[in-house]
Amino acid sequence: MNEAASPAKTAPVSAKQALWSRYLRRPIGIAALAVFLLVVIAGLFAPLFAPHDPNFVDFALTQAPPNSDHLMGGDSAGRDILSRLLFGARTTLYGAAVACLTGVVLGVPAGVAAGYFGGLTDRVFSWISDGVQSVPGMIVLLIVAAGTGADFTVLMVTVGAFMAPGYYRISRSKALAVRKEPYIDAARVAGLTHIKILHTHVLRAVHAPVIIQSALTAGIAMGMQTGLQFLGIGTASDPNWGQMMNDGFRTMLTHPLILLWPSAALGITIAALAFMGSTLADLVSVRTEPAPRRRRRAQQPSDETTSSTGELVHPAELSALRIENLHVTYGTPHGDKQVVRGVCLDVAPGEVLGIVGESGSGKSQTVFSALDLLPMDGRATADGIWLGGQSVGELPRAKRHALLGTQIGYVPQEPMSNLDPCYTVGHQLVEPLRAVHKLSKAKARERAREMLLRVGITDPDRVLASHPHQISGGMAQRVLIAGAVAGNPSLLVADEPTTALDVTVQAEVLELLRELQQEYQMALVIVTHNFGVVADICDRVAVMKDGRVIETGTVEQIFAHPGDPYTAELIKASQDDTASRAELDAAWTKAGRTVHT
Amino acid sequence: MKTDANNDTPLLDVADLVVDYRRGRTTFRALNGVSVTIGAGECVGLVGESGSGKSTLGKAILGLTEVTSGRISFAGSDITHAKGAARRRLAADLQVVFQDPYGSLDPTLTVGHILAEPLTAAGTGRAEARKAVAEMLDHVRLPADTVTRYPSEFSGGQRQRIAIARALVRRPRLIVCDEPVSALDLTTQAAVIDLFIDIQRETGVSYLFVSHDLGVVRRICHRVSVMYQGECVETGPNETITRNPAHSYTRRLLLASPVADPARQAERRRSWLGLRTATGSPVP
Repeated sequence: MNEAASPAKTAPVSAKQALWSRYLRRPIGIAALAVFLLVVIAGLFAPLFAPHDPNFVDFALTQAPPNSDHLMGGDSAGRDILSRLLFGARTTLYGAAVACLTGVVLGVPAGVAAGYFGGLTDRVFSWISDGVQSVPGMIVLLIVAAGTGADFTVLMVTVGAFMAPGYYRISRSKALAVRKEPYIDAARVAGLTHIKILHTHVLRAVHAPVIIQSALTAGIAMGMQTGLQFLGIGTASDPNWGQMMNDGFRTMLTHPLILLWPSAALGITIAALAFMGSTLADLVSVRTEPAPRRRRRAQQPSDETTSSTGELVHPAELSALRIENLHVTYGTPHGDKQVVRGVCLDVAPGEVLGIVGESGSGKSQTVFSALDLLPMDGRATADGIWLGGQSVGELPRAKRHALLGTQIGYVPQEPMSNLDPCYTVGHQLVEPLRAVHKLSKAKARERAREMLLRVGITDPDRVLASHPHQISGGMAQRVLIAGAVAGNPSLLVADEPTTALDVTVQAEVLELLRELQQEYQMALVIVTHNFGVVADICDRVAVMKDGRVIETGTVEQIFAHPGDPYTAELIKASQDDTASRAELDAAWTKAGRTVHT
Repeated sequence: MKTDANNDTPLLDVADLVVDYRRGRTTFRALNGVSVTIGAGECVGLVGESGSGKSTLGKAILGLTEVTSGRISFAGSDITHAKGAARRRLAADLQVVFQDPYGSLDPTLTVGHILAEPLTAAGTGRAEARKAVAEMLDHVRLPADTVTRYPSEFSGGQRQRIAIARALVRRPRLIVCDEPVSALDLTTQAAVIDLFIDIQRETGVSYLFVSHDLGVVRRICHRVSVMYQGECVETGPNETITRNPAHSYTRRLLLASPVADPARQAERRRSWLGLRTATGSPVP
């Protein structure tokens, strides 16, 4: 029960707090936020900051160039431009806020309801949303302006209504995704009403994308608003940027500064909003902060001082795969984290090696390093990596990757997520054969068909023409095995090939791997957490824990005399001849305790 | 603990259940006349391969999928088509633990909030809910400071304990466990299964335990039903099903699970291959 005692060692911070602290670490984000806040403050406190009354007309100031009293000069009616700009910020922000609010109020509830309930609700709301999008907005705005005497608030509400489909679509797609999460089902079983589920679970998920959408919507609303004002629609009494631009436009050739000031103000504000939006979108889509980039060298000699673990039993030249003193480190924002600490292992041609361990033991990271498939922020160092009796550690990346598909085949854990849903199975099998083995299209297809037959698929033509969602998980794993073996590799690496499958399919896949391994005399490295799988297929075993190899040996030796208590524990956990419930209850009652019924 | 007035009525009685899934214009029969009963304090296992309909049965009982025909009664009352307020009232007695320890907890809420939710939804006061949550965390052997943390801070096994605590917090009479340990490491599986057994002894709750692993089912269940292609092919006491099954599909299921002993596994594989050749259809 040790897993219950130690929760992960991260500080308990809420997702929202974390998002803000990560936002404030982005220079562009800070700059954009600062500019936007400046505009907000300027607008809010315009009466305090403005040096002059924005509507006071001083004929001496008409089209005056900037001077010490009027920092931006005067407009063509003789009013102070700086003061008008500050007051204009108010109008701009108010208009954008009204538009965003309208968009949120109309779009978000409808989108969340459509995504969550689906069916008729979805169809009706989507139809309305599509309808709104197909109406020419500018014409409607002009009609509204004519009908309401150009009331600014009403105009901006109309602009917001045209923005609502954007909010609708984003909330709908997010709600649709969340709807499928088991926690929503759990909440329903827990007796929550739909309203409560929407409120606590769905709205939370929609929250971040709506904020991002608002940053973009506000920018668009400002643009439309200024455009309307430029045309002279909207209140004329309050200073606003569009009107100022119109004024500047008329004297553009003689007094370009009058046009420049409001245009710059609008451009900078919209740019700030756009940068805030894109920074937030970045942070929301990528959960972890990228670690400081290092240049990846093809291979570094291991500089770690910790001693290596595991053993090498075959001469380097005769091994199919040999890993000497491998370390794998991940850069995290809190410093480097070592996940593999000095692993040595090797496998001979025709031999089956099992790498056994629980999640987090570093077993997958070890094989990823051997294949040179570590994620970007992972870094592997080793004294040597040998493939087919040849040291490949010093080879440049391109040459190492060329080995994949020819010398090494790889079978992943999740068959479904390793097939691209956009392409047919045939395309995904044929393309690598053409690219790696330079086969003609017809030959590659013939080879793919042959391999599918070989892995026990009786109707290869139908499977080749299918998309991944049309085949079962077990079938998908057979397809991936066919792809991995198609290039006649001398080494096949299978990373938990049966964990995502149920027992009946697991037995089939193991049987297939065994047959193929014997037929092609491949070396097979199989990563698993199940000693049953080891007993079924392996010749030798390496047991891993916390990034180290704690024990290696032949299968007979490990099962008969496990040297490490941890190995014994893992073996025991895999046994299916544990005491049955009846026996457990009998022992319980015998001990004088009663079973509560 | 709540007891039935009439002890002859099983807590849950599912009779001739049929569930059709509609995909476009075609319908797919996920369950075809399945009957299962569960008594108070009993654990009934439901085994089968994926697509056998075992999870669908759990979903139908919980009201998460539409029932085409047949009857589900819980503590004597018909809940086959219970909806809205009637379904919400059932939440007090009928709960669930899902397979996926990552998707079954809302990542944006604290564990305290997640665990209190079923209670506050039923109108329990906040102080009382907090007390009940603390008690449940103790039940599932998690430290008390768990309440202020977020699901992402816990391992798969710990999350499953949190999901169990959520299911227990209203002291239900039946928990539907949908593959609750199959996403966990084997040693973690053993610990979580023992927790399920302990909780059943302490509270007398019943389980419907859905799993594809006969080893797991052997350890925790009193009785077992074997599902194949939407039908129940065999039902019987644990010991019979996991040791001397009558149906050839159950035998094949039993032999498919690898045993952690090279010699016995080689033997088991030979029997499995023999049975496979005899019954045909090697491709899943």
